[in-house]
Amino acid sequence: MTTQPTQRTQQDLLYSEEEEALRAAVRDLLTDHCAPAGVIARTESDAPHDLALWKLLADGMGLAGLLVPEAQGGQGASHREVAVVLEELGRAVAPVPYLASAVVATEALLACGDGDLLERLASGRTIGALAVALHTAPGAATKAVRVENGTLYGELTGIADAAAADVLLVPADDGGLYAVPADAVTVTPQVALDLTRPLATVTLDAAPGRRVGDAEPAVRRALRAAAGLLASEQLGVADWLLTETVRYLKERKQFNRPVGGFQALKHRLAQLWLETVNLRAAARAAADALASGEDTDIAVAVAQAYAAPVAVHAAEEALQLHAGIGMTWEHPIHLYLKRAKTDSIAYGTAGAHRSALAGLVDLQAP
Amino acid sequence: MTDADELVRRTRELLDRYPVASTDRLEFLRARFDAGLAWVHYPEGLGGLGAPRHLQAAVDAELEAAGAPDNDARRNGIGLGMAAPTILKYGTDEQKQRYLRPLWTGEEVWCQLFSEPGAGSDLAALGTRAVREGGGTSRSSEAESGGDWVVNGQKVWTSGAHNARWAILIARTDPDVPKHAGITYFLCDMTDPGVDVRPLRQITGEAEFNEVFLTDVRIPDSRRLGEVGDGWRVAQTTLNNERVAIGGMQLPREGGMIGPVAKTWRERPELRTHDLHQRLLKLWVEAEVSRLTAERLRQQLVAGQPGPEGAGMKLGFARLNQEISGLEVELRGEEGLLYDDWTMRRPELVDFTGRDAGYRYLRAKGNSIEGGTSEVLLNIVAERVLGLPAEPRTDKDVAWKDLSR
Repeated sequence: MTTQPTQRTQQDLLYSEEEEALRAAVRDLLTDHCAPAGVIARTESDAPHDLALWKLLADGMGLAGLLVPEAQGGQGASHREVAVVLEELGRAVAPVPYLASAVVATEALLACGDGDLLERLASGRTIGALAVALHTAPGAATKAVRVENGTLYGELTGIADAAAADVLLVPADDGGLYAVPADAVTVTPQVALDLTRPLATVTLDAAPGRRVGDAEPAVRRALRAAAGLLASEQLGVADWLLTETVRYLKERKQFNRPVGGFQALKHRLAQLWLETVNLRAAARAAADALASGEDTDIAVAVAQAYAAPVAVHAAEEALQLHAGIGMTWEHPIHLYLKRAKTDSIAYGTAGAHRSALAGLVDLQAP
Repeated sequence: MTDADELVRRTRELLDRYPVASTDRLEFLRARFDAGLAWVHYPEGLGGLGAPRHLQAAVDAELEAAGAPDNDARRNGIGLGMAAPTILKYGTDEQKQRYLRPLWTGEEVWCQLFSEPGAGSDLAALGTRAVREGGGTSRSSEAESGGDWVVNGQKVWTSGAHNARWAILIARTDPDVPKHAGITYFLCDMTDPGVDVRPLRQITGEAEFNEVFLTDVRIPDSRRLGEVGDGWRVAQTTLNNERVAIGGMQLPREGGMIGPVAKTWRERPELRTHDLHQRLLKLWVEAEVSRLTAERLRQQLVAGQPGPEGAGMKLGFARLNQEISGLEVELRGEEGLLYDDWTMRRPELVDFTGRDAGYRYLRAKGNSIEGGTSEVLLNIVAERVLGLPAEPRTDKDVAWKDLSR
């Protein structure tokens, strides 16, 4: 049966006063604790994750538990507030496992109904990571480890923020999702394109695990929320790049004029602004749909199909318009380019989300 | 404070006093205007009640449910969308009383005499001359001691001129000052014998627009809108409303240009190819995001937090319409080689998503030109929204008569 796609009428695409206050608080914290020079220096240190910043965000501000009901130790907020936090973390390319723990692992545990572990993640004192490769789209097949006599065997690659995790949520070949303590597995860092969202290989060799629920629905729910909310991170990335490039081009002088006065460059920046305005609407729509549970699959696929190319375009334009200084390791633009390009693959490429839409809105392939 | 309940109450009162079944259409529309229910955000006495603009929806819904006649707004888009807000802002009390009521009811259709063959993007360079004569030589009884203006020149791209009773007109009243300073805004009687309206045939084969030749057209000074020499500033109100009208329509999902091509895709599986599928999905996503942006802008306006986002709506709308309609022609393959009809016609209404795919493709080409070219709009976004330096100007301090042309 084919149906005309319809959309909700009660969606709210704005930011509430509370959401704006939350944004201001997170931005203040990041301004003080997550300056670009420090982020660059950290990328080549022994501690690529900024766990002190994580503690301030999670423990201090209670942001790790936004998606968790108050009865389970969380804040009982919604995806709308999480989206605002992710916009700000994106603007700062903050090296914290927020998306991995407070969104992906948390959503998986919400699907499983594991109260104890959920409460620990909500407090921020335990960091969780879903052991599914970062490039996996919602609904795509995932690699599972082998269960033998109650212990787990196998190797999983491309696991975001695994190096910071205290507990891994691992899909196994019996259809279960297992909680495995990080100290019972081997986490080997991979050399990742994105310097601020480290990837690792997770090797399980007779690792003890506790089955927390069925893997398939938990992974699907987690990846859908991740894909939808990633659009807000991408918005933050694009917004920072545009703002910073406009600022720089007003200052930078060549040929005895600010280069921002050349029409060829003005038009490119105006175009980028249009794309960012559109991305904000798409990202708010996805966050609102995840919060309300209405029209969610379409809203998420639309947002992620649109967001990925926009964030990459913003980064590539920012680099070109900064020119020489943009090619240096010292300037933070490369952190944003690497994040934007990685985000364009994370939780499904734009193409994967467009393919999903073909089914969702009945525009079938030949 | 007028709230939605109060407006509904007043609307029901109107319907009680003027039953739809037994009231003449025009009588009803006039009564609605006089009850302040025409455009509730206008002042009392001018068809409104000074209420918030978004409350109009409550009145419209009530009237629609009762089967009441409406003012067929699409027939007078220039009047309602551009002339009216400008007259409201700059008109004298007499002008507002005289023009707004028949404008709103549709008794008097309006057109816009702005663009000229030599003044497109550089509208302020316009050369249509208005020269003031002493003494009241006009046939019109409205002539005041200010004397008549005599207008000569040529205007172009005037939609609806052949149906219009009145025009908003900008003309040069002082060629000896820089171009922006020497313009004055008038309300022009389209029945004046010096007004010659000729259809301007366009690439679609039809003529939506006109060329208008003005030869010794006499306009009494009482039909000047705003001060002499202040016409450029007055025209900004008109033009800002035009861009809102072109880019700010609220649509349901698949409500715009993507609708016909999605329908064709679903109904005609034999036309599908993998290449077209990828391009269609990409455009579908962009169309949906554009719709969400328009919806977000609408929510901002309703919440009283207008953002700069409106400045860009027409840019995206134009590009999408062009790409989507181009894809549809290609999708239709052999049929895409054909066109429904090249016969010269004067369409009553213009529907960008109407007729066949070939028409939609050709008509969409105008979307990035009419109401400000995309190139000019990108400059506006860059300068006014992003604060980037303005283009270097060589025309600001030169008298209009000394500009190169």
